[in-house]
Amino acid sequence: MKTLMLGNEAVARGAYEAGVTVATAYPGTPSTEITENIAKHDEIYCEWSPNEKVALEVALGASIAGARSICSMKHVGLNVAADPLFTASYTGINGGLVVVVGDDAGIHSSQNEQDSRFYARASKVPMLEPSDSRECKEFIITAFEISEKYDSPVLVRLSTRTSHSRSIVDKGERRDYKLKNYKKDINKYVMLPTMARKRHGAVEKRMVQLRKYSNSIEINKIEWGSKDIGVVTSGIAYQYAREAFGDISYLKLGMVYPLPEKLIRNFAKEVGKLYIVEELEPFLEDYMRSFGVHAIGKELLPVLGELSSSIIREKVLNIKTGTNKSINVEVPVRPPVMCPGCPHRGVFYVLKTLKLTVSGDIGCYALGALSPNESIDTCICMGASVSVAHGMEKARGRKFGKKTVGIVGDSTFIHSGITGLIDIAYNKGNATIIILDNSITAMTGHQHNPATGYTIKNEPTRQVDLVKLANAVGIDRVRVVDPFDLKELEEVVKEETSVDAPSVIIARRPCAMLKPVSFDGPMRIIFDKCKKCKLCLSVGCPAISDMGGYPEINEAICVGCGLCARVCDADAIEKAGVTNE
Amino acid sequence: MNKLNILIVGVGGQGTLLASRVIGNVALRKNYDVKVSEVHGMSQRGGSVVAYVKMGQKVCSPLVEKGEADVILAFEQLEALRWLEHLKHGGKIIINEQKINPMPVIIGKAKYPDGIIDRIKENYDNVVSANALQIARECGNIKAVNLVLLGILANSISIEKELWLDTIKKTVLQEFLEVNIKAFEAGYSIR
Repeated sequence: MKTLMLGNEAVARGAYEAGVTVATAYPGTPSTEITENIAKHDEIYCEWSPNEKVALEVALGASIAGARSICSMKHVGLNVAADPLFTASYTGINGGLVVVVGDDAGIHSSQNEQDSRFYARASKVPMLEPSDSRECKEFIITAFEISEKYDSPVLVRLSTRTSHSRSIVDKGERRDYKLKNYKKDINKYVMLPTMARKRHGAVEKRMVQLRKYSNSIEINKIEWGSKDIGVVTSGIAYQYAREAFGDISYLKLGMVYPLPEKLIRNFAKEVGKLYIVEELEPFLEDYMRSFGVHAIGKELLPVLGELSSSIIREKVLNIKTGTNKSINVEVPVRPPVMCPGCPHRGVFYVLKTLKLTVSGDIGCYALGALSPNESIDTCICMGASVSVAHGMEKARGRKFGKKTVGIVGDSTFIHSGITGLIDIAYNKGNATIIILDNSITAMTGHQHNPATGYTIKNEPTRQVDLVKLANAVGIDRVRVVDPFDLKELEEVVKEETSVDAPSVIIARRPCAMLKPVSFDGPMRIIFDKCKKCKLCLSVGCPAISDMGGYPEINEAICVGCGLCARVCDADAIEKAGVTNE
Repeated sequence: MNKLNILIVGVGGQGTLLASRVIGNVALRKNYDVKVSEVHGMSQRGGSVVAYVKMGQKVCSPLVEKGEADVILAFEQLEALRWLEHLKHGGKIIINEQKINPMPVIIGKAKYPDGIIDRIKENYDNVVSANALQIARECGNIKAVNLVLLGILANSISIEKELWLDTIKKTVLQEFLEVNIKAFEAGYSIR
């Protein structure tokens, strides 16, 4: 049956059809929907792991035990999972193991735009790259076959545009995959130096075989057209190239590591001008140059951001895009904002009031760096808020430390914040860490995590007790506050930053977008009382605007959380429909 | 139909995703090749969002680039203005009259431009505007804004109405179906 599927759904479908029985992931844009869709199948054990390293280790364990397993993550997640990846390359697999990684060219929702293909080369693991949803499904199935044929994990690289565009997929049947026998084999699975040295040899042998295989694998294919121009390309870049160049010749690489040297040489010989069209780094270009095939690539095309067919047309073919006229008006930008009712807003209001230095982290609350909250100083990677705050204090001393806090979400804290907290306790730090506990992994679209008490399949489970956890690692001072209780929050933050002891403040209030969260209707301004001080605007809520002097509340988007009323000195904000007299 | 490129622009949370999905499925049922590109993640949080729908005999790139949109469906005035350059010469633009202030306007650092729709109408030939929020309210739910706009769009595409209605029935939740169909019909009657 033909269905319109997101690339991510198609990956999930491929895993289902390939007979996968174990799927793991930590959510991350653009990869999240892969595992959300796999979770819909009762036949597959599926989990949100605490982080990508754990996710890959669980998937590897499942593979060693004989199951086909799949592990998905965003590009930066692969940094976290790099440790098991490099050694999984040595141990190889038993049941097929596929690692899906979603790159974010253009940085739609990430902290960098690294190119995951380098991981394939560095870990000596083959990598496939689909260009639309149909290929997403098919390549996953192929990846499992390669994994089992060559005793290797296989990487599959997606991009934001392959993950988040829908195209047509033919659904197939699920194959009946029987668990492989499990046999203890310390030479293969125990990577002590003696065994690891031998396995490194096995990896090199496998690379020789894979290089040979890459010349005949069906997903590396030549599409002949006019031979004046030849383009070597892969993934989403192929689609842009097709649109820009039209009827020329393409060598479309389904496998981007290792590269098919013979096939590329033959293609290069047949065509006139040879181009390489790839998104982000000159990975194919440098690789091809290493075996003596030179082509035009990054001297014309950018390494920054996403490619597009118009960029290719302009840079390579010198054809200007026929843009329609614009109207000469200043168009204000519309950056993303925290939602109306967002519990984080209370925290940022207090942090800004207290003029603290704030190490931030990855999640919706990173938006607190933007105007008008402007209360975040750093945002690096998952969990870094905790350790960066510690490092700042160690560098500049206690006085600076007293004006510094780290802020981290519940899921991010579990992912990698906890290790930083252990460091603070162990190494006699005094940092104050605020855990923004909104009871969900919000930014990626509401996934459960170990602190929410539910699994990916919405089953109740054991719940991490953040208070006890902090206590257990050596933090004696742990306070729980409601971030909308601004007075109390301010007091607690003042107290905890001033004491010479490490502390954790848990600002607990569920995400306003969660279904059970409801407020009782929008607020309104009482114009007679309003002093036009604009304090309410400083909370940075999209529902309140400055309408020529007076603030005005947009009833269509105000949820009625009342935070603006709490900051108002003049008592000039009330529930709409409620009169004061 | 040889090729149709549609750009749907709006503000995160306005329901642009549902609209793009319905159009995509209508195209699929007409046996066109089709690609629908969406925005997930950070920008969905009240930011400027865009979805691309492309249909035809064969669709390669999922993106609709500058000068390529046959139709722009704008859920908000400022977003219509932001994406105008994407309209093909002679293309059609459908604008919801709703205004949503972006943060720089809210905090007084920028001004929301005046008279956007009038200026677009002065400069482009094929412009339809409607107060979809008001129409949705009259239909019973302000959240049906997207279906009103979808109705206006459907009327300008040569695909039979029944197919749109049937696809909507299969896409939206049962509890909102009635109001959504009503909203779609209201949009469909706008020229």
